[in-house]
Amino acid sequence: MTRKITITALFVALAMVLSYVEALIPFNFGIPGVKLGLANLVVVTALYVLDAKTAFAVSVIRIILISVTFGNIAALVYSLAGGILSYFVMLAISRIKGFSPVGVSVAGGVSHNLGQLIAAMLVIESLSLSYYLPVLMIAGVITGLLIGLVAKPVIAAMSEYMGREK
Amino acid sequence: MKKKDFILIAVILALALAGLFFIRTRKHEEGRYAVVYIDGEEFGKYDLEVPQEIVIETDRGYNKIVIENGAVRMEEADCPDLICVHHKSISYDKESIICLPHRLVVEVTGGEESGIDAVTY
Ligand SMILES: [Zn+2]
Repeated sequence: MTRKITITALFVALAMVLSYVEALIPFNFGIPGVKLGLANLVVVTALYVLDAKTAFAVSVIRIILISVTFGNIAALVYSLAGGILSYFVMLAISRIKGFSPVGVSVAGGVSHNLGQLIAAMLVIESLSLSYYLPVLMIAGVITGLLIGLVAKPVIAAMSEYMGREK
Repeated sequence: MKKKDFILIAVILALALAGLFFIRTRKHEEGRYAVVYIDGEEFGKYDLEVPQEIVIETDRGYNKIVIENGAVRMEEADCPDLICVHHKSISYDKESIICLPHRLVVEVTGGEESGIDAVTY
């Protein structure tokens, strides 16, 4: 139990570091409420290395902690919408045979942006944001692809390590 | 990467490109009015032919909208991201500028209401 909590905490901490790095990169989609989602690397890895419940905890806890730490409470609702939607999409895809972590990560990246956009549309009660949809899908594919390619060796190394520990 | 990964990526990209194509090929008609929405409610409607400044102050913050040369832009705002201020000015029907932190939308609409445009085209 303690070991599981420690590993979960480690994953959350890693996700927070990645979010911080992301905040340092002066990269802006120019689209309200949308970010790169580097921390998804940790969630993808958690899905493969840990169990589904722990991966969900990692995803939600890091989002709340980041919003509190970096004082962006206003963006919490968008981050949660993106994070939770992408978690369930990635969980579903990872359970289907024939997908590698890259496919899971791409689905996660796209649904992350989709979730944020839908939340933003609900908040401003306007469909005008839907014009950003195609660009956001392409951006999600690119970030998902990059994160997935990085996640693959990480998952392999982690699985080996976890196996040895047991 | 596996075969299904490639299929997934191809499907998403195809959908996105279809969406882009759809948006690009829409008729670009000059708009007539700038409509400001706050919280999804219409706040005001302004003629694009009339140069003017609209200052909006709500408890969320401040926005200054400027109409000039038949186009509308966000001149100033005190929102944290300033995406609205960096947005290019808009003048075509259905274009919009969004200030998400202030829940404010500026949308250009066509001239259907006037009834005269239909004849002059
Ligand atoms: Zn703004």
